[in-house]
Amino acid sequence: MISRRQWFTLAPLSAAVLAAQQHAHEVMRNAQPAALSVFSSEEAGEIEALACQIIPSDGTPGAREAGIIYFIDRALGTFDADKRALYTEGMKRAQAARLELFPSSQSIAALHPAEQIRLLHAIEETDFFELLRTHTIMGFFGDPSYGGNRGLAGWKLIGFDNRHQFEPPFGYYDGPEGGR
Amino acid sequence: MKQFKPSEEVDFLIIGAGAAGGIMAKELSTAGFSVVVLEQGPYLRERDFEHDEIKYTRLSAMTNDLKKQPHTVRRTDTEHAKVLEHKLIQYGRQVGGGSVHFTANYWRLWESDFRQRSKFGGVAGASLADWPVAYADLEPYYTKAEEELGISGLAGANPFEAWRSKAYPLPPLPVKSSGAIFERATRQLGLHPFPAPMAILSQPYRGRGACVHCGFCETFGCEMRAKSSTLATVIPMAEKTGRCEIRPDSYTRKIEVDANGRATGAVYFDGNRREVLQKSKAVILCANGSETPRLLLMSKSSRFPQGLANSNGLVGKNLMVDAGFEAFGLFEHPLNEFKSVQTTRVIHDFYEPDPKRGFYGGGGIDARFDFYPISFALNGLPPGAPRWGSEWKAMVSKNFARTLTLLAHATCLAQERNSITLDPEVKDAWGLPAIRVTFDYHPDDVSNMKFLLERQVEILKATSAQRVWTDATDLSLLPHNHLLGTCRMGDDAKTSVVNRYHRAHDVPNLFLVDGSSLVTACCQPTCTIQALAYRAAEHIADQAQKAAI
Repeated sequence: MISRRQWFTLAPLSAAVLAAQQHAHEVMRNAQPAALSVFSSEEAGEIEALACQIIPSDGTPGAREAGIIYFIDRALGTFDADKRALYTEGMKRAQAARLELFPSSQSIAALHPAEQIRLLHAIEETDFFELLRTHTIMGFFGDPSYGGNRGLAGWKLIGFDNRHQFEPPFGYYDGPEGGR
Repeated sequence: MKQFKPSEEVDFLIIGAGAAGGIMAKELSTAGFSVVVLEQGPYLRERDFEHDEIKYTRLSAMTNDLKKQPHTVRRTDTEHAKVLEHKLIQYGRQVGGGSVHFTANYWRLWESDFRQRSKFGGVAGASLADWPVAYADLEPYYTKAEEELGISGLAGANPFEAWRSKAYPLPPLPVKSSGAIFERATRQLGLHPFPAPMAILSQPYRGRGACVHCGFCETFGCEMRAKSSTLATVIPMAEKTGRCEIRPDSYTRKIEVDANGRATGAVYFDGNRREVLQKSKAVILCANGSETPRLLLMSKSSRFPQGLANSNGLVGKNLMVDAGFEAFGLFEHPLNEFKSVQTTRVIHDFYEPDPKRGFYGGGGIDARFDFYPISFALNGLPPGAPRWGSEWKAMVSKNFARTLTLLAHATCLAQERNSITLDPEVKDAWGLPAIRVTFDYHPDDVSNMKFLLERQVEILKATSAQRVWTDATDLSLLPHNHLLGTCRMGDDAKTSVVNRYHRAHDVPNLFLVDGSSLVTACCQPTCTIQALAYRAAEHIADQAQKAAI
């Protein structure tokens, strides 16, 4: 019998690597991480400030309430570990852009929301922004077992119902009102 | 399940437990032969399948993973092939293969598909050929596949459908909003919509339960066993014979031959990367249109210096892939397309290539929703929409339940220049040469995709869509799940790799049975691959009983 986690260890290089991968996967799939593993709390605060303008909390939950920073921290500790350098470099550039735009500012987290949005526009064309956007969206709309989408914030936003079983009519147009 | 010792010479060694390999295993083991099936991926069960978009898309849990099995890509053989950030080719990699994660479209070919060269003549730059078999040769096996696997559909609903000896064993699945909208618009335009034939059970069938409309078909495994994968159907039948061993986590690196040029078995890496030689009287390769030619090319020997079954140099050539653009519509009311199977209505009005169009090509169009929550939030909004922030969030919130896709399933011409070869530099995690894909569409393929996209837009404009847009993405970025034609079948040993019964022209006890055998590619191949497998198995069993292999 092959365990459900077998996919992660398809090609065991050695017992040690296998154990490490297994551990990494357990960590990845633990829904409520106790603490950050990759970022310092200061780094986490800066990255979260950007993610929170990608998916703002504007009447409905955003990146903050969904726990996106925990998703990203875990992704960089597990399946996207090879992308850590892109974050380090990207955040360096983001801090430089912040100082250029707002010379007297102390941190991204301390900027006003409108300033944070201006900063995001300044780095919008970079690979780092693309990755941060992708991770923020993955965390917000992905399975909660990866640490994000807390309270099913992402799925509630779009009306996605993870009920696993439905009956027709599925939508308006295949029902009686839709002319069917 | 029966277990064989590798030193024990079994009757048949099958490489690849997918759409074709599962059928070969069942047919040959029930005919009384001993069978070992080597599968490079794991043996997952229904209870392993989750509704986890990250796991199956981003982490490639059931498909080739670029981190372990990179492939390189180039458009022409003058370029240096590179590993891309994304996959260009994708295939199933577990027991059941692609039949586990496929969308489950199940279209028979038309009679004319087998005679395209005779019908339309040559196309410059393409190696368009007739098949060595006709629809009539395959019809009994189409029927057998539909019966045994469990296909839902409505016979006669497609006025263009080829003749059939039997109706589908199961009625069609209930229509979704995308299908209802599509049906109304296409009828209004004088077209002929019909219920999508699907390898998904609309009712309980042979001990399996009906679809519960969870919405996780494409790229996911079905935890209800309602998708008619070989994992859910024929593989358990093969195991029950007591003569068939499915051996997962077994990654074949070479087919061995003896001094007489006959296959004697295969060497594979087991789950602990130990090399194992499994002996057999005959070898059947069912490893898909990319891994089958790769394995033949890796199986070089003094007798076969160009690779096995490759004396004419055609192994890996004539690669054909899926083709077709997407068009989208946004509607006032919720469609909730995240529910139920991907597609419920199709048209074949533009399927047949027509010389009057000025190019070779045709295809079907279906109505669906090609997104899950993450992919929709990343890419599902119309052009010009914001990509982040409050306005983006509001649009994602509103549009997710209100968007549909029209997808074209188009022809792809065979060209010798398009190929699977071994990359001279890049290796996989086992140290084996990576697959090198050389591919560029024929100009007629592109004209055809544009032609079909115009039809898709016409249809959407005949609906109540508030907004219509298209995605004519850079074609080099499309991932291909249909990997076809790389060991094509034919009567002439100079222009084909296998004969009409899938026997390699060069090696009498080697058979290639998968998408690599296909001579032309329109549009949904799984049904034809499986019908061919049933037909090949019957012939191979007969020949083995007569000691003619």
